[in-house]
Amino acid sequence: MQPIDWPGALRESVIAGVVTLALAVPILGMETVDAGGGTLGINQRWWLVGVAVLVVFLGRMAMALTRPARQAYRPEVPLFDQAIDYITPYGKFLAAAGIIFAFVMPFMPFANRYVVDVATLMLIYVMLGWGLNIVVGLAGLLDLGYVAFYAVGSYSYALLAIHFDLSFWVCLPLAGALSAFFGVLLGFPVLRLRGDYLAIVTLGFGEMVRLILINWYDVTKGPDGLSGIPRPSFFGLPFKRRPPEGVESFHQFFDMDYSSMHRIIFLYFLILILALITNFFTVRIRRLPVGRAWEALREDETASRSLGINPTNTKLTAFAIGAMFAGFAGSFFATRQGFVSPESFVFIESAVILAIVVLGGMGSQIGVVIAAFFLIVVPELIRELELYRMLAFGAGMVLIMIWRPRGLISRRSPTVLLGRGNGAEL
Amino acid sequence: MEYFTQQLINGLTLGGIYGLIAIGYTMVYGIIGMINFAHGEIYMIGAFCVIITLVILGPDYGFLPVILIVVLLVSMLFTAVYGWTVERVAYRPLRGSFRLAPLISAIGMSIAMQNYVQIAQGARIKPVQPVIPGGWQLWEANDFAVQLSYVQLFIWVLTLGLMTAFALLIARTALGRSQRACEQDRTMAGLLGINVDRTISLTFIMGASMAAVAGFMHVMAYGVIDFYIGFLAGLKAFTAAVLGGIGSLPGAMLGGLLIGMIEAFWSAYFSVEYKDIAAFGILVLVLIFRPTGLLGSPEIEKV
Repeated sequence: MQPIDWPGALRESVIAGVVTLALAVPILGMETVDAGGGTLGINQRWWLVGVAVLVVFLGRMAMALTRPARQAYRPEVPLFDQAIDYITPYGKFLAAAGIIFAFVMPFMPFANRYVVDVATLMLIYVMLGWGLNIVVGLAGLLDLGYVAFYAVGSYSYALLAIHFDLSFWVCLPLAGALSAFFGVLLGFPVLRLRGDYLAIVTLGFGEMVRLILINWYDVTKGPDGLSGIPRPSFFGLPFKRRPPEGVESFHQFFDMDYSSMHRIIFLYFLILILALITNFFTVRIRRLPVGRAWEALREDETASRSLGINPTNTKLTAFAIGAMFAGFAGSFFATRQGFVSPESFVFIESAVILAIVVLGGMGSQIGVVIAAFFLIVVPELIRELELYRMLAFGAGMVLIMIWRPRGLISRRSPTVLLGRGNGAEL
Repeated sequence: MEYFTQQLINGLTLGGIYGLIAIGYTMVYGIIGMINFAHGEIYMIGAFCVIITLVILGPDYGFLPVILIVVLLVSMLFTAVYGWTVERVAYRPLRGSFRLAPLISAIGMSIAMQNYVQIAQGARIKPVQPVIPGGWQLWEANDFAVQLSYVQLFIWVLTLGLMTAFALLIARTALGRSQRACEQDRTMAGLLGINVDRTISLTFIMGASMAAVAGFMHVMAYGVIDFYIGFLAGLKAFTAAVLGGIGSLPGAMLGGLLIGMIEAFWSAYFSVEYKDIAAFGILVLVLIFRPTGLLGSPEIEKV
């Protein structure tokens, strides 16, 4: 173990402190406040600057002083990876256990309305993450406007249900198909672009969809949003205390007491099943020729093209299928809220979904679940700290990325593996 | 004709602001190949530094040119520290790692900075009295007067001056040479004795200073800011950088001017609501026919 470098530690802590001072003086130290008459005044808060500088100074000092110890005891494989490697052989059992837990969770004693609601919210993002994983994780197309398809799904569902009085089960595939069609429409002109150009164009599309939703008042009711979206029914049995004349309600049919939890739990199971379908679909399609073509394109476009893969069509399928799942999730969102407005489809949503995919470890299905837990459930638990929630959220994204740049589950076994002895080891 | 000229003036002003932000995007992209998503927030912080300095010095400014220079330099300095810190904290540890890692880190940084300013400075909009009031009435015809305010002229002169200085800096100085070297091949530049870390840091500092100037212009021209201005301006400026061909400085300026003018003319002749859609639509059209932007050099595929 190297000795502690005291002067060096002091020097870097002082530098960090001075930088913090410069950062904090204008923004933290001098708050602009209304001084009346449309002018601004300054509210000086030097103590806050002092606290910030002290925290950074001491933090940096602690880091510098523990550095030799940390370097000396750093294991060859990070502990987190060791843990994952240890668990991996039991992956199948754990997945089964997880799914069983997800199915019995609403009937556990701790599952009150709040818990089931948060779990439903998390599952929406898990489903969106799995959908985007097809586009980003498998096909390697960076999509920063995924929320556009989610919006198309939501609004398609809302408009179809309100104007044509169609039931959830009819609207769901229609909304998915419309989103997929939209994906093809957007994807066709831009998919020849590479990497970051594609990212910015998809980001632009996401914003365009949101702006159209805001401004096309005749159809979308603009910023007011669409309300009065019909709630889903249990295959024709509504969840109502007093159903309309001649209609039997869910609790009457099953001869139970009415409880508002029925609908909440039904919605939970609905999204759970939709999400599992997405997962099952992705796992299976990866083994089909089109799935392998996606992964080949992601690894090397030129090589796959020379092997006869049509890059545009292949990418377009990925885009369309990803969009379709976003459309399904969007329909679910619309029916759960009973209300959709453009505010739900801002860029930050795309960023969160992308962050779930990347933080989870691109292409990893279970990683998406873990990342969704960290990004959706944990911020939800600290909701009381409203103001500081998003600050912690952003800082957390940066820290997790620095800690594990390739995502939480970064050591995935390849989809196609040649047997040992008869080919190159992958 | 009068109406047209007026929109041209407005568009050029807006375009200058976008162009200066776009320079930050394009330089960072050129040198480390990442979309610096937090750059819009850097611009927002620059605008806040400008407002704070103005409030401290005001409300009676005295000799205006000196005040303006002081405000500009102070806010450039503090904003540059922000630019440097963002690179040091969020991007440098991820350099050379997997492609999407810095992008996610940048998005996280952008969210964090936006909320940091919201908490520290409050969510309300911050108005300031016009610092440079007045202007000329160029000519009047058909009951429409074409106005060119002093602020607009000031913005044009500043943009032009900074662009010239910047072009010279990149083309003539040792710093510019090392930047161009890092852009072409970072490893080789490092082997030949260029301090790559410092060059990249300086790039971020320069980009942030330009963003601060853009923030300064925004405050001068429009007089109100809030913590949210960074997002849309950043998005537009990035669009401008891509439109002009990312990695190219004249492209960034050209793209910025084009986006500014599209916005001004679209709002004037078609509809204000759809101006952003027009800007993105033009971007998509340009990229379909010229996938590397207007002035970008075509990508060479290495196998």
